[in-house]
Amino acid sequence: MKTIYNGEADSRTFKEMLGTMIPKMLDDDPNLIYLDADLMSCIGTAKYAKAHPDRAINCGIAEGNMAGIAAGLSAAGFNPICHTFGPFASRRCYDQVFLSGGYAHNSMTMIGTDPGVCAAMNGGTHMPFEDVALYRAIPGAIIVDPADTVQFEKVFPKLVAMEGIKYLRVNRKANDRIYDADADFEIGKGVVLREGADITLITAGFMVGRTLKAAAELAEKGIEATVIDMFTLKPLDEALVIEYAKKTGAVVTVENHNAVGGLYSAVADCLAANCPVPMGRVAVEESFGAVGPADYLAEFFGLTVAHILAEAEKTIARK
Amino acid sequence: MDNHEKLELRRFAAQIRLALLEEIKARGFGHIGGSLSICDLLAVLYGKVMRYKPDDPKWADRDKLVSSKGHAGPAVYATLALKGFFPMEELKTLNRPGTNLPSHCDKNKTPGIDCTTGSLGQGTSQAVGMALGDKLKGRDSRTFLIVGDGELDEGQCWEAAMFTAGKKITNLTWIVDDNKRQLDGYTVDILPLFDLRAKFEAFGFEAIRVKGNDVEALYDALTKKPGDKPIAIIMDNVKGSGVKGIEETPANHSMTLPAETWDTYIEAVKADLAAIEKEVG
Repeated sequence: MKTIYNGEADSRTFKEMLGTMIPKMLDDDPNLIYLDADLMSCIGTAKYAKAHPDRAINCGIAEGNMAGIAAGLSAAGFNPICHTFGPFASRRCYDQVFLSGGYAHNSMTMIGTDPGVCAAMNGGTHMPFEDVALYRAIPGAIIVDPADTVQFEKVFPKLVAMEGIKYLRVNRKANDRIYDADADFEIGKGVVLREGADITLITAGFMVGRTLKAAAELAEKGIEATVIDMFTLKPLDEALVIEYAKKTGAVVTVENHNAVGGLYSAVADCLAANCPVPMGRVAVEESFGAVGPADYLAEFFGLTVAHILAEAEKTIARK
Repeated sequence: MDNHEKLELRRFAAQIRLALLEEIKARGFGHIGGSLSICDLLAVLYGKVMRYKPDDPKWADRDKLVSSKGHAGPAVYATLALKGFFPMEELKTLNRPGTNLPSHCDKNKTPGIDCTTGSLGQGTSQAVGMALGDKLKGRDSRTFLIVGDGELDEGQCWEAAMFTAGKKITNLTWIVDDNKRQLDGYTVDILPLFDLRAKFEAFGFEAIRVKGNDVEALYDALTKKPGDKPIAIIMDNVKGSGVKGIEETPANHSMTLPAETWDTYIEAVKADLAAIEKEVG
């Protein structure tokens, strides 16, 4: 996979992508329908909704109702996309997504924007560190956490086309630029961004750039790390996890999420059953959200390059 | 509606009650109170109002029923069996391992069940989505949503109600089974609902209050053409209605009884049915 990571921010924001792709996809597919809970302006879809009120429906600030309506629309033959901020797309409407959606065999794509520290200035009430844990517990759910807009552009339509409960956790701002425009992705297959024999770093979304940077710094110290972009958090690419655990003998997960129920848990579940190796984690530890710029919060919650370096070295020492 | 039509609906309602009691007797226990209170409504809906095909239960242009009070599934199953969606004998499998008739409605298991419900409140939003979907697909189908009065404790119901009226989803009819009781007792003691008709009117509905066992009034309300506002029918009702012994049992939400007691109730409904048959002539 060709990457062009050089530490720079992506030239496009995810908000731009959502604001252009959702209207285009609605125009192209009459079965697609988009619901929002009064946050259309936050992803650039409000103008389209005003012109096409039958295709883009503002449900008001009622996320559980939105998820239930999406389930009913699915039963009526539509393919619904819903959007709200991450905590409202997970905690607030969880039972409706779980039962009216998953249990009842209805389909919907739920977009939760500003995952983890990306909620930044909106602070703790808007900061989901447990959205992945919740969606992982829905049988058959698919969870995608894109690293950059190239990956988003390729994966989002594929995700929407799938049946069942799908959760897309995505920043609205730009993450680091990772992929060349030609890159393509298969949902459920992790991407090996860098090969190294000493340790495997598995990450996703907002943390991919930081993890690549950490791998480069480890290399300067003579430690070669494999870096995997596990943009599909569920179903986990278990074969890839096992392959690289065997190759490198140590694994560290890096995630913008609570250590409970997220990427660390998924990888640990897989390795405990298949190939136990020393494991470490860079994740939010037993904390609620807080307010501040994302970089400050990354420092505050222990999600920086320095934290990745320290955890990698500590884990290698346990081999 | 002439007297004969009225008698036929009353007969169908008694047949539903009878099948329901036999169904629950076969398991020994079940959600009898809230099932009985919608039997007259189901008789009118499936006897005279709704458009459906028992041999093609997923027919897209059918009218849909959402019993958001999913625990009333046994009454809906009895109705569907009587209408030929599946064999009557299947009613005896209620809640047995591997059954197609779970205690709460499941659209993926039971032919003729249009919506999976049971977690109270959730059927309301799904019904909104189903009706909206029909409307946007250009189908002239109607969706009928049955909500329990106790169920209205759930805030989701009011979110869905606001959406129904606010977005003018007039092909969706709300029917509140105002049977005055919920699991732990009387609604007035647990969480008073105040004036439901005024509440629905304030939410933007045309609200109609009818007696829950008046088949003619139910028919008139269910076939009333909505104007700009969606219709909400408040059924003034009795939990356990149509079976005196159960009506008079305060805690009748779910009852576990010996076969002989169920038989007593079955005999009473049989007598009601015979009286109606005699009147039909």
